[in-house]
Amino acid sequence: MEQSALLRTELAGIKMQSPVWTASGTFGFGEEFTDFVDLHRLGAVVVKGTTLQPRRGNDGVRMTETPAGMLNCIGLENPGVDFFLNDILPRIQKYGSNIIVNISGSTVEEYGILAEKLDVPGVAGIELNVSCPNVKDGGIIFGTDPKAAAAVVTAAKKHTSLPVILKLSPNVTDIALMARAVEEAGADAISLINTLLGMAIDIHTWRPVLGNVTGGLSGPAVKPVALRLVWQTAQAVHIPIIGMGGIMNADDAIEFFLAGASAVSIGTANFVDPAITMKIIDGIADYLQLHHLNNIEELIGKMKL
Amino acid sequence: MPKISIDAIILENKPLGSDIYQLSVACPEIASCAQPGMFVQLQINREMLLLRRPLSIADLDAAAGTVTFIYRRIGKGTAAMTSLQPQEKINCLGPLGHGFAMTAKNPLLIGGGLGIAPLLFVAHRLAGQADILMGGRCRQEMFWPELFQPYARKIFITTDDGSLGTKGFTIDLLPMLLQQEKYDQIIVCGPEIMMRGVAKIAAAASIPCQVSLEKRMACGLGACLSCSCDTNDGRRVKVCKDGPVFWAQEVL
Repeated sequence: MEQSALLRTELAGIKMQSPVWTASGTFGFGEEFTDFVDLHRLGAVVVKGTTLQPRRGNDGVRMTETPAGMLNCIGLENPGVDFFLNDILPRIQKYGSNIIVNISGSTVEEYGILAEKLDVPGVAGIELNVSCPNVKDGGIIFGTDPKAAAAVVTAAKKHTSLPVILKLSPNVTDIALMARAVEEAGADAISLINTLLGMAIDIHTWRPVLGNVTGGLSGPAVKPVALRLVWQTAQAVHIPIIGMGGIMNADDAIEFFLAGASAVSIGTANFVDPAITMKIIDGIADYLQLHHLNNIEELIGKMKL
Repeated sequence: MPKISIDAIILENKPLGSDIYQLSVACPEIASCAQPGMFVQLQINREMLLLRRPLSIADLDAAAGTVTFIYRRIGKGTAAMTSLQPQEKINCLGPLGHGFAMTAKNPLLIGGGLGIAPLLFVAHRLAGQADILMGGRCRQEMFWPELFQPYARKIFITTDDGSLGTKGFTIDLLPMLLQQEKYDQIIVCGPEIMMRGVAKIAAAASIPCQVSLEKRMACGLGACLSCSCDTNDGRRVKVCKDGPVFWAQEVL
């Protein structure tokens, strides 16, 4: 069967060439990767977290490698939503991939304003970032309190006709509680996981390695945790899930589909191999063919217990 | 210039001095188009290293298709690199960043420590047109003059302990050199404190000055934003993509 038929799918009304997305903050605006990636083959490009005003991010060291992973504390550096709409969006639209804008607000109202501003042709959906661990006002509060997360979803849904995806934080006690709250509030899909809070200390200077002291852990080190959270979320809600966390190859991605993800997002792996998304797409198609499946949808949530 | 990610073959990985190594790879795709000041992200298939390591290009031979890097064993990544063997494959992502503007007729190159490495490629390209002022801690670290001999016009050396050349720092010797010779540009790479010192002297003498910055980075493509820095006119730039080379007055 042709690869496109195997992989073509739809999520929250978004028609996709493949169920492989790129995770916010790991793929710039997509254009940085055009030497390596045919953006059109991706299910969606989720662009860097966007805020109402431009943000310069955190000072000091922002990234450090850890065993099988990395910590970052970028702190939502971005040029602001108006610059995105006026300067970046027109430029990246031509690549023909679905563009999902990840937004972050410091108040519930800001999520509403951002959602409204981004309800324009060329934007395929909104991802609500309620789980950035690296800024004080970056919504982490909305990501750990089910009522606050639901309020953010309600505000966004009220102001946009686009599909609204809520990105969950792994830094919670009960992921199912969070997931159900945002589903009830009307979220069209859930993406998870954002990074796990972590830190590193320089034993020569006795100082934290990261300028922000703590940062978000990503990469293969977090994959088992992410997979468990995706599976638990899939048990709790009916809306589709975009699963992510340490996916480095097609095999990793297959695990997320089996756990219940309808699409997967590739993050840290883009830093290691800028062409990795294309290899993962090919690998998923090969797997489906090998197992005589007709479409990716036949794999979703099919883990046998 | 299109960037590529490609498996290169290691030709040589030899010590040059204490803890300093020279790694040469066969990579015609990058050797054919890289410019001085650009860098390559090397994938080190050792232990549990996840991220690539960015290394400036120390020299290349476009005809032979080889690219050379010089690195100091300083952390886990570079320690692992010392075990790389000839004939092994190493994935190279590059050429990355934007390099030095090669417009000067009579430039002075100034390097400190491992910052001298990218200047070798500059000197090579300028083929005897450039002088170099280099600084290091001691004689044992100053294996550089030999490498620069075929490419540079005059070589000036300072060491912290005076064991080779003039005792002191490059910026101690710089004012005298500027009196002796009418340089039309300074190209500097080294510790930030040194580059700041050089930039200040260059500005006072009205000599345009290019600097090459170093920052931690993950992707090298302008996506992860690990290496953002401020410009003096209030812009945010990425060292990996907008740099690593900037005009001194832009960033220092």
